[in-house]
Amino acid sequence: MKTPLSWITEYVDVPDHVSTDELTARLTLTGLKLEGIHSPGAAITGPLVVGRVLTMEPEPQKNGKTINWCTVDVADANGTGEPQGIVCGAHNFAPGDLVVVVLPGGVLPGGFEISARKTYGHVSSGMICSAAELGLGDDHDGIIVLPADAGKPGEDVRPLLGLDEEIIEFEINPDRAYALSLRGIAREVLVSVDGASGFRDPALRDTPAANDQGHPVVVEDPTGCPVFVARTVTGFDPTSPTPDFIAQRLTAAGMRPISLAVDVTNYVMLETGRPIHGYDADALQGPIVVRRARAGERLTTLDGTARTLSDEDLVVTDDSGIIGLGGVMGGESTEMSATTTRVLVEAAHWDATSMFRTGRRHKITSEAGKRNERGVDATICEAAADRVVELLTTYGGGQVDPGVTVVGTPPQMPTITVAGDRAARVSGLDISEERAVEALRAVGCEVTGTGTLEVTPPPWRPDLTDPQDTTEEVIRLVGYDTIPSVLPKAPGGRGLTRTQLLRRRIGRTMAGAGYVEVVTFPFVGDHDLDALGLPADDPRRTTLRLSNPLSSEAPGMTTTLLPALLRTAGKNVGLGTTSVAIFEAAPVTLPRATEPAPILPVDRRPTDAELDALTKALPDQPLHLGVVATGEAEAAGWWGDGRAVSWSDAVDAVQVVAEALGLDLTSRPADTAPWHPGRCAALLLGDVLVGHAGELHPRVCAAFGLPPRSVAAEVDLDVMLEHAVHLRPSPTFSSYPVAKEDVALVVDETVAAADVEAALREGAGPLLESIRLFDVYTGEQVGEGKKSLAFALRFRAPDRTLKEGESSAARDAAVRVAAERTGAVQR
Amino acid sequence: MSGPNTEYDPVQVTPLDADQVEAMREAAVAAIAAASDLESLKAVRLEHVGDRSPLALANREIGALPPQARKDAGQRIGQARGAVNKALAERQVQLEAEHEERMLVEETVDVTLPTDRARRGSRHPITLQSELIADIFVAMGWEIAEGPVVEAEWLNFDALNLGPDHPARTMQDTFWTEPADHHVVLRTQTSPVQARTMLTRTPPIYVACPGRVFRTDEYDATHSPMFHQVEGLVVDEGITMAHLKGSLDHLASQLFGDGIDTRFRPSYFPFTEPSAEVDVRCFVCRGVDSDSCRTCRGEGWIEWGGCGVVNPRVLVACGVDPETYSGFAFGMGIDRSFMFRHNLEDLRPLFEGDVRFSSAFGSEI
Ligand SMILES: [Zn+2]
Repeated sequence: MKTPLSWITEYVDVPDHVSTDELTARLTLTGLKLEGIHSPGAAITGPLVVGRVLTMEPEPQKNGKTINWCTVDVADANGTGEPQGIVCGAHNFAPGDLVVVVLPGGVLPGGFEISARKTYGHVSSGMICSAAELGLGDDHDGIIVLPADAGKPGEDVRPLLGLDEEIIEFEINPDRAYALSLRGIAREVLVSVDGASGFRDPALRDTPAANDQGHPVVVEDPTGCPVFVARTVTGFDPTSPTPDFIAQRLTAAGMRPISLAVDVTNYVMLETGRPIHGYDADALQGPIVVRRARAGERLTTLDGTARTLSDEDLVVTDDSGIIGLGGVMGGESTEMSATTTRVLVEAAHWDATSMFRTGRRHKITSEAGKRNERGVDATICEAAADRVVELLTTYGGGQVDPGVTVVGTPPQMPTITVAGDRAARVSGLDISEERAVEALRAVGCEVTGTGTLEVTPPPWRPDLTDPQDTTEEVIRLVGYDTIPSVLPKAPGGRGLTRTQLLRRRIGRTMAGAGYVEVVTFPFVGDHDLDALGLPADDPRRTTLRLSNPLSSEAPGMTTTLLPALLRTAGKNVGLGTTSVAIFEAAPVTLPRATEPAPILPVDRRPTDAELDALTKALPDQPLHLGVVATGEAEAAGWWGDGRAVSWSDAVDAVQVVAEALGLDLTSRPADTAPWHPGRCAALLLGDVLVGHAGELHPRVCAAFGLPPRSVAAEVDLDVMLEHAVHLRPSPTFSSYPVAKEDVALVVDETVAAADVEAALREGAGPLLESIRLFDVYTGEQVGEGKKSLAFALRFRAPDRTLKEGESSAARDAAVRVAAERTGAVQR
Repeated sequence: MSGPNTEYDPVQVTPLDADQVEAMREAAVAAIAAASDLESLKAVRLEHVGDRSPLALANREIGALPPQARKDAGQRIGQARGAVNKALAERQVQLEAEHEERMLVEETVDVTLPTDRARRGSRHPITLQSELIADIFVAMGWEIAEGPVVEAEWLNFDALNLGPDHPARTMQDTFWTEPADHHVVLRTQTSPVQARTMLTRTPPIYVACPGRVFRTDEYDATHSPMFHQVEGLVVDEGITMAHLKGSLDHLASQLFGDGIDTRFRPSYFPFTEPSAEVDVRCFVCRGVDSDSCRTCRGEGWIEWGGCGVVNPRVLVACGVDPETYSGFAFGMGIDRSFMFRHNLEDLRPLFEGDVRFSSAFGSEI
């Protein structure tokens, strides 16, 4: 809400010593937040004066234009008293007119510096200004011609045009709709600023009594439209200009002046907060009827949009059909135009909820709708309509029709019962009941009782419905800045949960392993899933879709962290970071067939069954860990070559996390997109699949702009966290000598090393301390289709030194089992 | 190798002659001294101390002598061998020390060479900022509560006094999921976690809820469809706005420095009533001579978040008795807090994933 300061002080007296900064600081502290103070002339510097045009010589130019060579009297403002020679392209003035002149040395908005310059064969010493050039709107139709009595040549023109006016912009909270008016702002000044006095309510006026000579109005839905007031002006001159003070104030408020009739309705809305609608009365056919629309009825609103209505929309109709969406937007057929001479003024009170729903349903935001849906004073319809007809006839001529239509009565304000000490108990301040009552009366409430107060809010405060609402009124007027600072004493907490601690550990482990954490958006589209090479029936293709995604390219909630991580890695490579290792731990969304989430009552705690239904309606959202690496795992340097990342780095990234959680993960060969079918490991916790890791499919690398042999992993961290070892037992180990045995086993290339190792482990028996695969060899010596796996076995007994031959016997037993299970042959 | 020669006359056994023994000793000692490295000392040892060295051979002749002469010769040769062994040992130590010293000099490297063979990892600054904030609350005895990102409409709105026709719903641009009649949204705030906490626990409740939230904002320098929030909730007997102010002042001073406090301005949130905007004192200029301060743009204060006394309607919907308990709640942006704490003007680097950004923060902010 923007308003000139002078408009506020029209309704309330502020002591001279209170500066604008102090005034707005006080209002900010009580709830009208200052957004900014603007001055329309702030961007204008230097001499800007009244000039009287003495002569003007039209001079046609070769380019077809005609310019005027003028001499203008600016008195002593130019230092000489001689007339000023100025070239002007506009034609909407004549000798003798008073105009606005910026002299050389002046600067106009946009940093436009004025100097004497040669143009069209003259030296033009300054400029005659249009409103647009001064930043006063976008009217380019010529220069400003001041009223004949505006001032004397040479006088500073700023005060005349309101250029020095301070325009204050407030941010109005949704519960303070009354402050979307000068009436409300002035009242806030009265209660907030020390010494402010003399409030003059613009909605307090004597209005003529209702009679039956007005335009007939029938309200069929008094809940939706409790009050409807209609007044009529006849003989109105539609060509009458809008007076400057109205145009300037509307412009300051950010509304474009359109025509006198429209401008007056907007002006009165700003003044009183009551939205007004004007009809071309000659276009009305028969009585006005207010009712709910029937579903499917249509209306073209005055923004030119044809709308299909719902049976919840409140409409204004006449014999021709629907002529307006009540309280939201008028219709095209009865719109006031340049030929309207009979104006019907509607000031009606509408049900706020209905206004909100209609505005949202039809996606209409308007100044009127903004006020109607937040709540307006229902008692001022007659005053507002009366003010409109007064302004229309004052500036547009014509007569006020004696007919006064008033249908309905304003709804009663509720009475709120609240403890007299509630504000003190809530704020922690020492607020006496007397102080509380005083504050409530200051904002317009009627208060009775002691100990327990009966509070009736004023009609302009429909936001006050509950004890907490009146409590806020008291505390804000006492002052939020007086609330003391007291740290509450929490009972001993349990600290971070185990899962929270483990998640931090996972992050640190990944960073320690050389991975950089990134945060990506969880939105995904088919394009991303195609790029991953997911088959048509892959469950990851089933995403929870958003009704209103930011991008139609990514309308779903992602089921996998990999597309965003691969894109991020590709972007880094594109930026010249050729070795990238990144990770993210974030939830993914896995839809499941569900019932809708119920909308539960709010006047009681939901039952456990109702809460259960809420939970069951949500998709699974497991926490995933995604990892992508490309380039070198170890850099080349003076020490020698680097080491390119390989599938094993991806598996190991998951393994280090598993170790941090005390888990033993096993790997199995897998063929899953987006991985290389021969270089993908399924990672298992016992029988439970945790995720996959390995080298990416070459097509996937290409799709994401990554070099071949980039690697990735994705695992379900929730599963891993659930199995994380909580209490780890202390290890025991033998101090007797170790016996080492190496074996090299030749197996078919397709045999998994993990299977050979498992067989060895089982065959070696209880003396085996550890086993480690230390070499894999393929080549002529082992034959086509074969590989040799070299294992180092360590044997040790817990209680004695092994006897000669014991370890070799255990080794042989191990090899036998490996041979049986995997066809291994010892080299 | 010859056995004892019983036919020899002892005086005629030249090697056992005193002068001869002395000469052997001197020759050995001289050779030891002359050995310039461990290799040549090894040769000297073979020649003068080994089994075939003159002193060893002489020693072997002793048995052939008559008892008296045997004793003299034995003593003589024993002394000589002792002296040689001692010289040898000393020279050995000396040469080893010289060798080590030379070796250490030769092995000198340029220790200024780069050492960064292994990749360096780092954590995301927003994760670190969230953890830092969580730690401040945990230190106050609060707990950290969490909830799902895809959330039931009722928990995100209705339970928080944001009914379907509440004008404030239009303040929050919500991502809705399909089908619309399933009433599931991307949470627009972490407040549903507060509702969940009240629904599942009994007071006293002291929790903070950090997490991701979503709004349909176009992505630009100051808006992101996804960002991070932390909210606090206290429900206990006798809780007042003074406790709210105390908690926020404490958080501000822990996060931005000693003496940094907050101020309240009246505001409106459906979840709370009374409600307030929270400004935090600018930690750069501290509100003194703010005019040239870029962090607070001359205000002396920085807009930080919203807060208030939990609306009794919310307590009722969440199963808390408003006659017995009262509470306060607050919320602020983690990204925003990070941005002004670390002088970041454009939030997009937080979500772009350029590894140079996260790497700059390492594992501490
Ligand atoms: Zn500052």
